[in-house]
Parts: sequence; C-alpha cells; structure tokens
Amino acid sequence: MNINTTKIISLLFFIFSAFYLYTAYQIQVFAFDENAPFNARTFPIYLGYAGLFFSGLKVVLPEPNTIKVDHKNLEYKKTVILIVIAIIYGATILKVGYFLTTSLFLFSSYYFLGERRWVLMFLLSFPFVAAFMYLLHGILDIYLRDPFLQSIGVMG
Amino acid sequence: MIEGILIGLTTALTLQNILMVMVGCFFGTIIGMLPGLGPMTAIALMIPITYGFDPATGLILMAGVYYGAVFGGSTSSILLNAPGVPGTVATSFDGYPMAQQGKAGKALAIAAWSSFAGGTLSAIYLLFMAPSLSKVSLSFRSPDYFALMILGLTAIAAFSSKGQFLKAMMMVVLGLMLASVGQDSLSDITRFTFNNMNLTDGISFVLVVMATFAMSEALTIILKRNDPTSAAKQVSLTELGSIKINKEERTKMYKTIPRSSIIGFLIGVLPGAGATIASFLAYGMERNVVNDEEKEKFGKGSINGLSAPETANNAACSGSFVPMLTLGIPGSGTTAVMLGALLGFGVQPGPRLYMTNPEIFWSIIMSMYIGMVILLILNLPLIPYIARILAVPKNYLIPLILFFSVTGIYVMSFNNFDIYLMIGIAVVATFLRLYDFPMPPLILAFVLGGLMEENLRRSLLLSNGSWEFLWDRALTACILLTTILIVIWHVYKTMFKKTNN
Repeated sequence: MNINTTKIISLLFFIFSAFYLYTAYQIQVFAFDENAPFNARTFPIYLGYAGLFFSGLKVVLPEPNTIKVDHKNLEYKKTVILIVIAIIYGATILKVGYFLTTSLFLFSSYYFLGERRWVLMFLLSFPFVAAFMYLLHGILDIYLRDPFLQSIGVMG
Repeated sequence: MIEGILIGLTTALTLQNILMVMVGCFFGTIIGMLPGLGPMTAIALMIPITYGFDPATGLILMAGVYYGAVFGGSTSSILLNAPGVPGTVATSFDGYPMAQQGKAGKALAIAAWSSFAGGTLSAIYLLFMAPSLSKVSLSFRSPDYFALMILGLTAIAAFSSKGQFLKAMMMVVLGLMLASVGQDSLSDITRFTFNNMNLTDGISFVLVVMATFAMSEALTIILKRNDPTSAAKQVSLTELGSIKINKEERTKMYKTIPRSSIIGFLIGVLPGAGATIASFLAYGMERNVVNDEEKEKFGKGSINGLSAPETANNAACSGSFVPMLTLGIPGSGTTAVMLGALLGFGVQPGPRLYMTNPEIFWSIIMSMYIGMVILLILNLPLIPYIARILAVPKNYLIPLILFFSVTGIYVMSFNNFDIYLMIGIAVVATFLRLYDFPMPPLILAFVLGGLMEENLRRSLLLSNGSWEFLWDRALTACILLTTILIVIWHVYKTMFKKTNN
C-alpha cells in the first residue's frame, strides 16, 4: 500500500480542525460580549485556524522521511482485547463495585496476555486489589463505592 | 536576613519537623512513582493531616511530599516512560532510552544526583535572592506571560520532535484544543461539551497524561510485542546495570547542572511557568550548547539530556515557592494546592509574609535543603530496589500500569465517563505514536492552555483588541524574538541538513 499514512492523519486533523473551528464559531456568548476584543470564542477560533494552518502545511509539503510501519508484526488482536476489557471494566465498575471489577480486570488481562501461572495471577489480582483498596479506603480515607462488597456484608 | 535564616533553621531543625520532611519525602516518592498519582494528589491527600500541625510544620510536610513526588515521578518516567507529572516528561526523553539500554540504575542515580544538586543550588539561590526575585516576578505582565508560553511551546515543538516540527506543532494545537473543553474561566460559558455534563469542568490533566503516556505506552508495548526491534529493547530492559557514575559522566553533569539549575530556578519563579517549562527549556538549551556528537545522543540516552531536566525541575520546584510565598500567586498546580492549605491555616501569603510570619517563610526555605539531603539519603540506597519494577514480566507489568492509570482516574472522579474518555484518548495517542507524532508537546500545551488564554485575554482587553501588546514592551518583544530565532534556527538547521544529505 503506497498511501502515506502521515498525510492521511494530517488530513484527518485538518478536517477535525475545520469541525473545531465551526463549533468555535457556534459558541454562544453574552450579547454585551459579542463585540468585545476577547470573548469565550476568541481563543478557540485562533486555535481552529492554527490547526488548519499546520495540518494544511503537513498535507501540502513533501514528506522526505516517510515512516513505514510494518503492520504484520503488530499484535492488533491482543491490543483490541485489552481495550475491550478496559471498556467492560468502565461499564461495570459503578454497578458491581471496585473490588470485583478491578480484580477481574487484572485477572483477565493477565490471562489474555498469555499468562498461565494461576496462583500468581490470583495473588496479583484479588488480594492485591484488596490490599490497595484497604490503602485507599481504610488508610487514606478515599471512599470507594462497592455494591458487591456491601451485598455480602464486608463493607458498610 | 541572617535573623530570618536563624529563625528558619531553628524551626526546620526541630525533631518533629525533620521527621515531617522524612515522612513527606518517603511518602511523596512512593506516591510519585505510581503513574496517575502525582504530587498534586499526594499533597491534596496530606492537607487534612497538616491541619493537625502548626502552619510551618504543615507546609514543611507538604514541601517534603512535593520533592519526593517529583523524584518519584522521575523514577516512573525513567523505568516505565510513564511520567505522573508534566515536570518529569522531559526526563523520559533520555531516561527511558537509557533504561532500555540496560542502564536503568545509572539513569536513576544521575536523576537522584541531578535532583539533589538542582534542589541544593536553587535553595541557595532562594536564600539569597528571594526578596529581590519577588520584584522580578512583579515586573512580568500578561503579554510577557503569553509570549513566554508561546516560547515554551515552540521550544518543545522544535526540540522534542526529531525534525518533525510540523507534527509537533499539530500536537501543540491538539493539546490546546483539549484544554479549551469545558467552562470558560471568566464567563462560565461551556465550550465543546456537546451538552455532556461530564465535560463541563473540562478534561482532567491526570486523565490526559495517563492516557497519552501510561496507557498508550502499555498499549504500544503489546502492539509491538512481535516487532523484532522493540523485542530487543524489551530484553535489555531486564538488565539493571550499575548505579555508579564514572568520571566522564560526572564531568558532563558538572557542566550541565549549574546552567540548568539557573534556568530551572528563574523559570520556576515566574508564576504559572513552573517545573514543566523549566525542564523542557533546560533540555532544549542543553541540546543547543553541547557539541554535535553529544547532540546526536539526545533522545537516545544522553547523560546531559537526562541531567538537565532533572536539575531544572527540582530547581523550579524551589523557585515556584517564591511567587507563592511573596506574591500569593502559585508558580505551579502543586503550589496552588499548597496555597489553598496556607489560606486554610489563616496565613495570608504576600509581600509581607516574611515580615509577619518569618518562621513560615524561612523554615520552608531551610527545610527545602534538608529535604534534598534526606531525599538523596533515602533514594540512592533504594535505587536497586526501586529499579526492580523492571524485572516484573510484561504480562504483569502492562495490566498493572493500566490498573494504576484507571484507578488514578476513577478515584478522582468516581464516574465511568472519564474511563471511556481515557481509553479513547489512549487509543488515538497509541496510533499517533506509531507514526512518530510526539506526545510531550501535547501535554505541555494542555497544561498551559488555560493560562495562555487567560493572559491573551488580559493582554487583548488592555490593548483594546490590538495585537500591538506583542511589541509594546521590550521584555515581551525580546521573548517573542527568541521564539522567532528558535523557529528560524530550527528551519535553517533542517534545511542545511537536507542540503548536506
């Protein structure tokens, strides 16, 4: 594939800057501020133009040192799995609670990265999270909501 | 002044206060090492505890935490390429490559000695220059700050981008765009929130830094697992190497430390500038003053490249206390938290502080030096143990980096939106890193975005919307001229190199 990815990224940034600039112009300011030398939309407007300028230059100017990434050597599958696990973690943490979700997040991450030492995996997830949670909740007094631990009567 | 120093020494050298510095340094180092938990979090956690002490002791404890956390942040920058604070981002440029080459122990030792030397020198500067430095700070006005920020951003784009200036400038703009999300500081008008309440307060700094560094680093490691070049790097990561610094390396540090400490201290004194600009400028300046052979090593594990930002960020930490104590204007986010604590004690910072509360003013200055000594005594012997983080297999280390990043964000906001946002930014950052888009300019721009807008606003309002403020004052014009010279010099160097090739 001979498409220069850096140029594509720059083009995407150009489109993003155009969208940002459009949104900046839509920012509602107070009527008395409309013609002021500086209002809430001034700085974003400058930023939008700066984004268009730099990304435009990058698209137009020749690229002497093209960066080639060998996609065959990249581990897309494991990376995507880890991202999905993190998304599931985000989706469940409030409903299930910190302890169980974080422990399962760590345990499943070890597993999908190819680890099979079950005892170590367990020790570095459930007891590790319990100790960390004790540090945060018990010692540093940072409240961590945990419906799961509350349901089994461990947390008040 | 002598009387003040004696008062400070008497206060700082009480058993309780020495103990506080030790506890603060140790606690700060541990917290600072964990990606996501930087000095701001550590100090914020300390505030309720400090209210049990008198103001001087409370502030001494917080100063210890500050220094410890900055050093701890350097440790995670060097070992994991995951700076918890922006002030240690520049440390990772050469510290992390050194760790990859199996010289993690040496990198940590250089960082420890540079921090110590930078902190010590700046404590001496502070001791003798604090009263007159407050006058220098007072002479800076909004246009000067705005110009200084432009200089900082241009310098980072020019010096950290390995010849990819436009890419770095795009990252600067992206960082500023991210910083513009949320309520406008003056009018409270929401911008770029798309009616999402979670974005009203803007995007948290810790979230952006964790996403672009820690999380994106973890994802990049997995992504490049089968890459033959990165596999070789990972094998060498398991070697700690000696912590001894040889004569040649010491000679390099002797030259770097004095100039970086001066830059760090002076930049730290300027309200709002702080350790981040100081470390980037010191890194950039160091790269300019060394010979061509040494210049080539920058970004690949240069001793000067590691020593300069480490010296400067510690020197800036001391410097940032000057505007906080003498003007009541914090020099960094962290000193802003400390300012809040000071007000909580009923102490009003300002030019009269060292007349009305000399024991607070001088004991903090004296405890800074004591803190430096304790930090060195604590950290040098602990380096071999600290560096064992490297021996943790990647299968465990990566999920643990993700764990600390996500937990750091979760305990700050207690909502899952921030987790999703962090994942999104991390995925984009990982993709951009694959194509050599540098992340440090984005971070610096994100940190400076709010301040930059604020100073531009004041400047434009004062000059009735005219851009003449850029050259009206000699100081502003000089700073802008330096910026232009950096750009011209960088473009010339790039073109000259290409012509030669």
